[in-house]
Amino acid sequence: MKRQNLLLLAAVILLTALPLLLIKPTSAEEELFTGADGQAETVISEIEPGYKPWFAPLWEPPSNEIESLLFGLQAALGAGVIGYCLGLYRGRKLGRDHHAPSR
Amino acid sequence: MHIMEGYLPVAHAVAWSAASAPFLAWGVRRLTTRLREQPETRLILGASGGFTFVLSALKLPSVTGSCSHPTGIGFGAVLFGPAIMSVLGTVVLLFQALFLAHGGVTTLGANAFSMAIVGSYTAWGVFKLAGALRLPFNVSVFAAAMLSDLLTYITTALQLALAFPDPASGFVGAAAKFLSIFAVTQLPLAVMEGLLTVLMMNLLRSHADEAVAALLPRAKTL
Repeated sequence: MKRQNLLLLAAVILLTALPLLLIKPTSAEEELFTGADGQAETVISEIEPGYKPWFAPLWEPPSNEIESLLFGLQAALGAGVIGYCLGLYRGRKLGRDHHAPSR
Repeated sequence: MHIMEGYLPVAHAVAWSAASAPFLAWGVRRLTTRLREQPETRLILGASGGFTFVLSALKLPSVTGSCSHPTGIGFGAVLFGPAIMSVLGTVVLLFQALFLAHGGVTTLGANAFSMAIVGSYTAWGVFKLAGALRLPFNVSVFAAAMLSDLLTYITTALQLALAFPDPASGFVGAAAKFLSIFAVTQLPLAVMEGLLTVLMMNLLRSHADEAVAALLPRAKTL
């Protein structure tokens, strides 16, 4: 299981790194690795140039830094809960294994 | 897969919200019943929500030269079923709509439909089918998470094509354009999501094998 986990992790890292290493901008202006959501917005404005969004976000992060703060927070919260769950189960199991044989 | 705030015409926004509502109402019912009858499952439920929080915050580069993110829905959908996971997925989308200006309140119905509902039911259906075909457990988990991710993005592309048909080539032409953005970019990311879901399942099973087996009898046979 441990070996498989390491291979899985290595594969994910490789799949993340490959596009960064292989894809180079074809021109100086070309911006690489922009979000697909934003590209869809561009296609919408091509298909229907007159379309105006009829509702604006209630609140927007005032800068990229604040946005990355919130994305970081989102990931940290999730990872924290996962770590708590795994740690608690591991601790319970260790405690059980530790105490069982002596009784 | 986030359709931006205000980017769906009113009729579409209302229709997708109406389509999602019964699934979510059913999901909330299942969730409260589950928590009442099996309160000990809330730890793993929390981890499933946490997995979606982490994965949907990770914008990963793809071979198309653009970035997108996995959804993390497949993991919880396999463990808790699609109804409960639809609710957790929608909570994540609401967080992103309110605090990150990703997606939106008017497009929440459509985004919940693609990620939380189509994503969850796909993962669950694929996992059941793989079980019926007697595929190995890890292969089933991988296929469930990968296809859940991919179908989510295909759904988004089709939702946008319905709302914005191409003036010359119609729905099909628009679908091809949106699919070329979402589905192609998503292919390697869907594979990554599959791999990460298997990894997460391995970790959970190595520490909480009995708790996982109580949720998923199939997980017992390694």
